[in-house]
Formats: sequence, structure tokens, C-alpha cells
Amino acid sequence: MFLKKIYIVVISCFWAGTVAAQDTTDIMKMLESDLEPATDYTTATFKTTRLINGHTVENVGKGVMDVKISHRFGKINGGGYELFGLDNATMRLGFDYGLTNYLMVGIGRSTYEKTYDAFFKIKLLRQSKGKHKMPVTLSYVPTIALKTLKLNDPARENYFTSRLFFTHQLIIGRKFSEGTSLQLMPTYSHRNLVPLASEPNDLLAVGIGGRQKLSKRISLNFEYYYQVPNYKLINTTNSLSVGFDIETGGHVFQLHFTNSQGMSERTFISETTGDWGKGDIYFGFNISRVFTIGKKH
Amino acid sequence: MKRSSFLIAAAVLLSTFTQAQKIYTKNGMVSFFSGTPVEDIKAENNQVMCVMDAQTGGLQFSLLNKGFHFAKALMEEHFNENYMESTKFPKSTFKGTVAEITKVNFTKDGTYPVSVTGDLTMHGVTKSIIAKGNIIIKDGKATASSKFMVKLADYNISIPGAVKKNIAESIEITVNCTLDQKL
Repeated sequence: MFLKKIYIVVISCFWAGTVAAQDTTDIMKMLESDLEPATDYTTATFKTTRLINGHTVENVGKGVMDVKISHRFGKINGGGYELFGLDNATMRLGFDYGLTNYLMVGIGRSTYEKTYDAFFKIKLLRQSKGKHKMPVTLSYVPTIALKTLKLNDPARENYFTSRLFFTHQLIIGRKFSEGTSLQLMPTYSHRNLVPLASEPNDLLAVGIGGRQKLSKRISLNFEYYYQVPNYKLINTTNSLSVGFDIETGGHVFQLHFTNSQGMSERTFISETTGDWGKGDIYFGFNISRVFTIGKKH
Repeated sequence: MKRSSFLIAAAVLLSTFTQAQKIYTKNGMVSFFSGTPVEDIKAENNQVMCVMDAQTGGLQFSLLNKGFHFAKALMEEHFNENYMESTKFPKSTFKGTVAEITKVNFTKDGTYPVSVTGDLTMHGVTKSIIAKGNIIIKDGKATASSKFMVKLADYNISIPGAVKKNIAESIEITVNCTLDQKL
């Protein structure tokens, strides 16, 4: 700071000695150099808060409500009789809201097993450069799901807690360049009731996902969840999805192919049974529409 | 700190002595407005740097595009991501000259109409522009103010078909910088 002032003095004296021929460039350079060290936070690592089925590191802004309507059609290998799955659809209707710029909450209802879900997502770290450097954005997303489908085993006593599913996710994301972003999603989930006594109640998975922009408004996305052996339900497969984000002003359309039918964490991460090799592929879309309903500042 | 203030004071004295006075601010305001029947979009940047040479009329502006703030978070994101490409082109600048600088009496309160000619650089494109404005002198402080139109297509900022009705082809830029610092 002091050196800078010396510099100002020197420049001023220099002016004083000349016949005011200097222009304003030097001062502007100095003002700009004052500004450079400010922290520059990375924005828009992904286009929206969901990658395909799961979350991205993105939050909605403060006071913004994001209405999400998602569909997954039937299996493509249903053939022409099922119009390649279009005869069947499950859907999820969700409302996300930004309480602050780093904390959002959301609720949703899926027709798949009549499931309600609720979550919050908090940004713990933000990728930035400049004064404060941070290589990644880190978010924590805990989700609770309530399955309200009638339990079909009358022989067993049905507890309310048997319907609950808990998922905890850390999302570590980085925007490598304007077009390329990647994220890792270590996930722990707990279910109170599992189909067989031999199956674990605590499940572990690690997700990886990313996007590559094809143009300013279109990106190609992928998402894969690897389930850790011995910490997964039997006869389940790993969820793999690929899709496109298409953004038009306040809407984001996401079109994708996935081997998961469910759209809440407990289903697509832990209960996927589809096999890409056999054509158990579901076509689906998410539509996101944002409304600014609260005050931003 | 005291010593540096003294040095600054000395510098200011020296520069006033020769009347080669530069005045500047780091907290100037630039806003823009896009009006269409569908929606109005406006944003404001309150960290605009502006330097004026009171003698030669040299005038320069510089701002960070990410410093523009909008009422809607998504608008701000799209502004930086899709239109201004703020990571690629972080700054917008103007460098030009106030034509009627000799008519401005910096010691007498009043509003002095001026016209400014120079180069406006944004989104990586530099164009020569002419803008009308005022230099307002009040209590010994000069404020540069102006309103002018900028055509987005001139700066290679393209609006996709889907939002053509939402964004005006020409944007009104408002400048209001009080140059309260002297050098």
C-alpha cells in the first residue's frame, strides 16, 4: 500500500514536471491493479441443480423457486408394442427454494412407489481464484424419502419407520474450463427396512458426473454411481445416465437416457436394476422453471 | 499512514500547482436497461473506475462485468455466462475525450453539457462511440453523467431466438460517476 502511494507521488511529480501531456491511462492501470486481488468466485459450474437424476454442486439463488417436473418413460426394450417405453411414465414434481445463496431446500413427490422426498443443500466451499483460492466447490446434501406405497406384507407389523430412507451426499465439483465441469459424489444411505435379512441397511456408493458444453446453451452430461460391494442391495446395478441440458432463458430442459427408473436418491443410487447391455434404458426428461419470488438482497 | 497521507497531499498540491489535475473514483455507477413489452431487465454496477483529466478532457472508464447485479439471480448468471462471457472478457472499458472540457469551470457549481468521443470495449470488441452527457460541478466535486444507447449486435452479443422478445436490440447505458478523488 505504502509503495503504491510512493508510486502515486512519483507519477504526480512527473506530471508536475511535464506540460500536462500525460493521459489518464496510468491512473486507470493503478486503479485496476488495486482491484485485481479481489476474489473471483466461479459461477455456473452446471446449468441447474440436477445433473440427470442426482444433484450438482449448484444451488438456486436466494429467493428463487425452481419448479421441477421430471418424467421417466418405460424401458426402450419394450419395443414397438410399448412405443419404446412411451406408454408408461413415472414422474416427480418438485419445488426447490433458495433460502440464501448457499442454502436451498426442496420437496418432491414421485409417482414411483408414491414417494415423498425432502432435502437441503448447503454449499460449504466455493471454487474461487484471486485473493482467496479454492480449487473446488463442496456441497452437502442430506435427503429423506418417505415411501407411502401400501406395504404388501400383511404378515409383518408395519412400522412408520420402515418407510423412511436417508441419504447423505457430499458433492465435490470443479469447473475446469468454461465448457468442462466434473464432480464426485460420495454417498452414504441408510434404510430401516431391507428386503432380506442378509442385505445391509447401510449402503455406500460413489458417484462421478460431468458436463461438456456443446454450445453456450447446450451441454452433454453424464452421471454414474458405483455401489461399493457388500454395501449394496443384491441384484441391483450401478446407475448410468447420459443426457443433454438445453437452456432457454428461465427454463432448462434436460433430456436423457438412464438405466434407473426412480428419481429420488434412494431409488436411482440403490435400487437400479436396469442393465444397459440388455436395453433396460429409460428415456426421460426434467423441466426446470425458475421464479424469483423472494428478495435477492 | 500519516506520512503517506502527507505525501498524497503533497502530490495533490504539486499537481494542482501545475493545474494538470486528474480526478478519479473507484465507486462510480454504470447501469443498463433493456426494455421490451415482455420484460424489463436492468442491472447496476457500483464499482466503476473513472478517471478524468480536468485539463485535457481525457476520460477513461473501466469496470468488471461480474460487478453488475440484477434483481434475478438467473439473469445475472446468464449475463455472465451467455452474453458477456465474463470469464473470457472480464472487463469493459471506455477511453475517450470530453470535447468541451475548456468550457467547464471546475470551481463554479453548475451543469455543463458536453459530448464525449472515444472507444468503448466490451465483449472483446472495440467500437468508436459518441455520447452526450453532463459534467456537473457541485461543492467543488465533478460528476460525469451520461445516457447513451449501445447496439448489442455491434459487440457480437447475440440473442437466441427463444428470448428475442425478452431482450432489446439496443441497451440504454446510464453513467453516473462522482470523481471525488484527486491526484
